[in-house]
Amino acid sequence: MLAEKYPEEVKKIFAKYPPEQKRSAVMPLLYLAQRDEGFVTKAALEDIAQMLDITSTNVAEIVGFYTLYHDGKAGKYRMQVCTDLPCALRGADKFLEELCSNLGVKVGETTPDGMVTVEAVMCLAGCDKAPMFQVQSPDGIAYHENMTVDKTMELLAALRKSGKEVK
Amino acid sequence: MAKMVSLTIDGRPITVPAGTLIVNAAKEIGIDIPVFCYHPKMEPVGMCRQCMVEVGRLVVDRATGQVVMDGDKPKISFGPKLETACTTPVSEGMVVLSQSDKAKASQKEILEFLLTSHPLDCPVCDKGGECPLQNLTMEHASPQSRFLFDEKQHAGKHLPLGDLIWLDRERCIQCARCIRFQEEIAGEPVLAFYQRGRATDIITNSEPGFDSIFSGNTTDICPVGSLTTADFRFGARPWEMNAAASICAQCPVGCNVTFNTRREARSGGKVAIKRVMPRQNEAVNEIWICDKGRFAYHFTEDANRLVKPMVRRNGKLAAASWTESLHAVSKAFSEAKKNSVILTSGRLSNEDLFNLKQLADGLGGEALLYTSMGGGELTTSFGVSVGTNFSAMGKETTILVVASDLYNEAPLWFLRLKQAAKRGVTLIIANARETKLDRYSKFAVRYSYGNEVETIRGLTNKNKIGEAITTAENLVILYGSDGLGLDGSAAVAAACAELVKGRFGKPMNGLIGVWPRANDQGAWELGFQPADNLARLLKGKTVYVVAADPAGDDPELEAALKGAKFVAVQDLFLTETAKLADVVLPAQAYTEREGSFTSGERRVQRFYPALRPRGETKADFEIIAEIAKVLGLELEGRSASLVMDKLAASVKTFAGITYRKLAEVTEQWPIVGRGDLYYGGTTYENKQGLGVQLALNAPAPIPSISMEFLRPDEDQWLSVPITRLYDRGITVSTSELLRAHIGEATVLLHPESAKKLGVAAGGRVKVNGFLAEVRLDVTVPASVALLPRSMGFPINAPAAAELKKA
Amino acid sequence: MAHLLLRHRDIPDIGKMDVYKKNGGFEAFKKAVTRMEPQEVTESVKASGLRGRGGAGFPTGIKWSFIPKDIWPHYVVANADESEPGTFKDREIMESNPFQFLEGVAIAAFATGANAAYIYLRGEFWPVAAILDEKIADMEKAGFLGDKLFGSDYSLRIHTHLGAGAYICGEETALLESIEGKRGLPRIRPPFPAVYGLYGKPTVVNNVETLTNVPLIVEKGADWYKSLGTTDSAGIKIFSLSGHVNKPGNYELPFGTTYRELIYKYGGGVTENRPIKSIMSAGASSAMIVADDKALDTPMDYASVRALGADLGSASVIVINDSVNLEWVINKTIHFFKHESCGKCTPCREGCYWMMHLIERIEHGEDVQASTELLHNVANQMQNKCLCPLGEFATMAVATAIERFPADFKPSHAGGEHG
Repeated sequence: MLAEKYPEEVKKIFAKYPPEQKRSAVMPLLYLAQRDEGFVTKAALEDIAQMLDITSTNVAEIVGFYTLYHDGKAGKYRMQVCTDLPCALRGADKFLEELCSNLGVKVGETTPDGMVTVEAVMCLAGCDKAPMFQVQSPDGIAYHENMTVDKTMELLAALRKSGKEVK
Repeated sequence: MAKMVSLTIDGRPITVPAGTLIVNAAKEIGIDIPVFCYHPKMEPVGMCRQCMVEVGRLVVDRATGQVVMDGDKPKISFGPKLETACTTPVSEGMVVLSQSDKAKASQKEILEFLLTSHPLDCPVCDKGGECPLQNLTMEHASPQSRFLFDEKQHAGKHLPLGDLIWLDRERCIQCARCIRFQEEIAGEPVLAFYQRGRATDIITNSEPGFDSIFSGNTTDICPVGSLTTADFRFGARPWEMNAAASICAQCPVGCNVTFNTRREARSGGKVAIKRVMPRQNEAVNEIWICDKGRFAYHFTEDANRLVKPMVRRNGKLAAASWTESLHAVSKAFSEAKKNSVILTSGRLSNEDLFNLKQLADGLGGEALLYTSMGGGELTTSFGVSVGTNFSAMGKETTILVVASDLYNEAPLWFLRLKQAAKRGVTLIIANARETKLDRYSKFAVRYSYGNEVETIRGLTNKNKIGEAITTAENLVILYGSDGLGLDGSAAVAAACAELVKGRFGKPMNGLIGVWPRANDQGAWELGFQPADNLARLLKGKTVYVVAADPAGDDPELEAALKGAKFVAVQDLFLTETAKLADVVLPAQAYTEREGSFTSGERRVQRFYPALRPRGETKADFEIIAEIAKVLGLELEGRSASLVMDKLAASVKTFAGITYRKLAEVTEQWPIVGRGDLYYGGTTYENKQGLGVQLALNAPAPIPSISMEFLRPDEDQWLSVPITRLYDRGITVSTSELLRAHIGEATVLLHPESAKKLGVAAGGRVKVNGFLAEVRLDVTVPASVALLPRSMGFPINAPAAAELKKA
Repeated sequence: MAHLLLRHRDIPDIGKMDVYKKNGGFEAFKKAVTRMEPQEVTESVKASGLRGRGGAGFPTGIKWSFIPKDIWPHYVVANADESEPGTFKDREIMESNPFQFLEGVAIAAFATGANAAYIYLRGEFWPVAAILDEKIADMEKAGFLGDKLFGSDYSLRIHTHLGAGAYICGEETALLESIEGKRGLPRIRPPFPAVYGLYGKPTVVNNVETLTNVPLIVEKGADWYKSLGTTDSAGIKIFSLSGHVNKPGNYELPFGTTYRELIYKYGGGVTENRPIKSIMSAGASSAMIVADDKALDTPMDYASVRALGADLGSASVIVINDSVNLEWVINKTIHFFKHESCGKCTPCREGCYWMMHLIERIEHGEDVQASTELLHNVANQMQNKCLCPLGEFATMAVATAIERFPADFKPSHAGGEHG
C-alpha cells in the first residue's frame, strides 16, 4: 500500500493537483509503485485505483500507453540506448551492437545475473552527446552521454558493485 | 429555443438548430455520411476520420462584418483540408459536399487504411450481414488490396473479456465506441485501450472481467464483429432471423426489445429465440437494455415448462384435459363465491389482470396483488402522466430517489437518471446506504433503516435540499423497497406523495414506484391491492394463484395454502405452490402471445408473439375467460386486443387506449436501425409502437402512515431485504450465462460487523438458521445485515435476526 | 553578444538563487506584479513579436489574449516534453538556467490570471524535474511563489508533472490529457486550450524556450526585443545542431543566421569534411532539404525556411552528409513515428504501420521501385487527414526524400551500408 509505505511522497503528490482532480496523480503514483519491483504489479493497480477512485482498468491503460511504465519484470537496470536518427548518425547503432555483444545479450534481453536489460529507445533529447543512453532503475532515471562501450562496461561494473545507480 | 441555421448538404437545403453537427444534419435529410467512431448518443471524438467531407463557409468581411458576395450569391470559401462531419457544427450558409470527388476519395482512402489491419473474415463473423465495415467495403473499397496480406498484424481472435462478452482483437478498428459507452453512458469504465499506435488493444482489468450490467450494449454499437455476446456468437446469421417486437419483463422500466428468432434443428425444429436486441424508445430505454434483459430470456423456452393441465387425483397431480381442469376450478369457485381469493402478480399483462379482476368482482371475492412493495394506489393519482420523459429533464427538474438501489432494481432508470444529472437535473438520493447512483447525485441523504418516513418528512426543512424539492419547476420522486417490506414501502409512498401532491397532473411531475415486477403498475391501476395479512386470509378459502409462487417464497404462506380449501395454480412452471395445488393450469409465456404491460412510468406498451405456444398452453386472459364462462360470467377471451377494448371502456385512466393507438410511432431522434448500421448500431428501429402514458385518477386522500421502528435485542441484528439484479428467480436461473452471476445465498455485512462475528469475507454465517456466505461492504450500516431477496432466505420485510458464525 | 537564454554559458552559477538575483533575476516578475496590469504584460509580449519556440511559431502574446475573462480558474502549462528527435534545447535551459525559465512561467501566469502553473516534463527528464522542484522551493522560500506576492493580491504556485515516455504528449492537448491522468491522446480542436484546456478550463500552453524569453521582454521592452532577429521572426532562437557535424550542440543566435554559418562557423563543419546531402530543419518531423548553396545560404527565419519547402519548427537542425542514403534516414523516422503514433486516428495508426512495412521491404531490396511508389502514395494518402500534426509530421521526410532524392531509392542503392 503506497499510502502507508510512502506517506510523505504520496502527500506531496496529491498536493500538486486540485482536490477534485486527483486522477492527475496517477502518473506520479505509478512511478512510486514501480520503485520496488521495477514494474507495476496488479496489486499496485488496484491500490492506485482505490486511492484515486477510478477503476483499475483506468490505471492499467496508463501503464500500457507510456513506455516508462512496465508491466513485467526485467533487469534491475534498464539500459535504454537511443538509436534514433540524430544518435544513429553518430554511431548509436554500432555502439548498441558492440555493447550487446560485450554483454552477450540481444536487444531486449537481460544479462544472466538479472542486473541489466538492454533496450533500444526513441530520442532522449541528448542528440549532441551521442552515443548516449539512460538507465532506468528503482532510483530513478539518469543520463549517460558521450559514451563508449568501454566507459559503459566500467559503469556496469560500478553498478554491480555498489548496487546503486551512480553518476 | 436554439438559433436556427440554414445550410445545404449535397445541394439539399436544411435548417437545423445552431450547434448541430454536420453528420446529424445530414442524417435528418436522409444523407448517410459514413462514420465508425461517431455515435449519436456519445460525445464526438473525430478519431476514425471516415466522415471527412468538404466544407465551404460564407466569407465575411472582417472590417464590415458583411457577407462577401460573388455576383448575386454569397461567396463560399472551401478550406484546404476536408473536415470531419462528426465534429464540425453547422454554420449559416455552409455548403457541405459529402459526395464530391475529394470527399469520396478520402472516405475510400480511410477505408483502405482500416482494412490494412482488418482480417476480412466476414464469412465466419457474427457481424456479417449487419456490419458497417462490411457494407462500406462492399460499396466503396477497391476489389484488390495494395497492402500485402502477409504483413497483416495478427492478434487473438477468441478472448473472453468476461463471461458475457468475447473480444476478437483482429477485427477491432479502435473506434473506442465500447470504451466510451462504458465511461459516458454506463458509468462503469472497465474497458480501456492498452498500448498505443497499431498495437492498441482493448483490455479490461476488472474482477470479474468486463464487470458491467450494461455490457451487451457494446456489441450493438461495435461497428465490426470485434465484440460479440457469449450467448449469440456463432448462433445464427442475422439474415436468417425474424424479429418480434416485445417489452422486457424483468423490471418496471419496460424496455422495448426485439426478439430475434429462427426455426432450427438444434431446438427440435421449433422456433427459438436467438437473441434479444434493444428496440428504440427514447422515452423509455432510448436504445439500450441491461444484461439481465438481454440474457435472461431462456426461461420461456425451458424444458420444464408446464404444457398440460393437471388435476390432483388420489393425492397426486396427474395430466388432465382442459375441460376437466376448467370445470374443477369453476366448480370450486361457484361453491366458494365470496370466499374465493385470487392472488396474482405484476408478471401478468394488463389484459390478464383485467379479466382476473372482473372474475373476482363477479364472484364477490378478493383480488389480491402478491407483492412485497406497497403504496401503488397513490401512484395511480399522484404518478407521472402523459408527457413525462426523463430524457427531456434538465436544470428545471429535481429528481428524488428514496429507498431504491436503482442499479439493481431498475438498471435503465439508473442509466437515464445518471444522464439526467449530467444534463443538470438536481438528483437527490435518500437511502440508508450508499448506492451506485450516489456518485451522480447533488445531495445524498442517509438515514437509519426504519427512519425513512421521518426522513422524507424532514427533507423540506433542509435548506438546500428543501429548496430543490419545493422550488423546482418539476419534481419526480422514485421510491423503492431497499430495506423495506410491504408496510414500510406503503408508508414511504405516502410520505413521498405528500411532496408531489401539489403538482398533481403536471407533466414531468409525480411519484414512481420502483416495483419488483414488470406490470405491478398495471395491477395497481386495475385495482389490485396486497393483503395486510395474507397467510391468515388464505385459510379455508378457495384460492386461485396466477403467476405467483408464495409457497416457494415463504414457509408461512406455504402452510397457509395447505390450509386453504381449494387451490388452483396457473403458471409457466410447476412451482412450489403448484405442487400443492388441486388443479394446475399451464399458461403461455408472454413471448408466445400478445398483450401489454404498464411500466412504472405509467406507459402502456404492447408486446407481440415471438414464439409458437408450447403444448396445450393458453394465454392467461383466455383461461380466465373460460373459467368465467362456466360460471356464467361474460369475459372477453378471444384476443388480447378485444380485452383491451373492454378494459379501456371500463377503467377511466385507460380511456381511449386501443391496440392500434399503442402501435403508433412518431419519428425519433437519433434515427437508428435503418440501412446504415454505422450510425446508431444494430439496435432496432421502433415500428411497432411507442406506447401511451395513462391519465391520472382524481387525487385521493393520502393516508398518514407511521413506520414502526424495529429495534432488535442486543444479541440480534436488524436484517433487511435488498434487491439484487441477478437473483435466483426463474428468469436468471434458467439462463446458463447468468447463472454464474447468481452465486450463493449471501449476507452483506460491514467489515466491522463481520469482525464482531469473527468471520471474514467468504466465510459462512447462519441467519436464523439459514446458511449464508458473507460479503463485506463498507456501505452497510453497523449492526445491520443485508439479505438479498430471492436468494433462498424467506425475507420480505425488516426483521430481527440471529446471526451466528457457521 | 552575451547569451540571453543560455546565460549560464557566461555566468556559470546563474542557476543559484543569489547569483540569478544579483544579475537582475525576478526583477521582471516583480515589475509585472507591482507595476503592470496583466493586460499590459500581454500587450508587451504581443508587441515584441515573440512566437512560440516549440515548433508551431504561433504569436505568444496573441495566444495569451485568447484567454476568456468569464471562465475561471486559468492555468499556465509549460511544455517541457521536448521529444522531437534533434531537439535538446529546453533541457539545457532547465538544467542550467532554470530561474529565467521559471520567472517566465510566473510572468505568463500573472499575465493570464493563473494561480497555478504546471511544467510538463517528459518522463526521461526525471533529474531535470528534481532540479526544478528544488528551484521552485527556493522561489517559495524567497517569496517569489506563494500567496500575496510582492504585497499584492496575486498568488501563484508552480508544480512539475512528469510524463512517462510518449512523444505525442508534446502536442498540447495530448499533454493536457496526460496531466489529467489519462492516456496522452490529442483532443479535437476547436475548442482550443485557451478556452477549454486543463481540467476544461482556459489554459495557456507555452514551450520552455518561449517562456524563457518572457522576462527579457518585460525587463527590456518589446521594442528592444523586436530589434533582434528579422522583421518576420523577432528575437533570438536556440538552434539545436546535431547529426554529421563536428561540434553538435545548442547555439543561441539571432533569427536570420544562415545554415552555412550555423554548420560551418559555429558547428565546426561536417564530419569527415564530406559534402552535406540534406538538412532536416525541424527534427524528424521535417521535410528533407536538398543542401545546395541556395539552401545553405538561406537565413533561418520562419518565412525563408518555408520558401525552401520546409519549416523552421523548433529549429532542430539535423545535418546529413553524403555517406548515408535517405532511404535509411526515413527508415529511422518511420520507425520513430510508428512507435510514437498514439493510435487514436486511423490514417496515422494504420499509415505509419503500413509505411514501416514498405520501408522495410525497400531496405531489404524487395520490389524497390514499386514499394517506393506505394510508400510515397501512402504518405500522401495520410496527409490532411490526421487528427493532430503527428501523423502529418510522419509523412514529411518520407514524401520529400522520395521526391527530392530519387536516386537514393534505386534498387542498386537500397540495402547498403549506412551510418
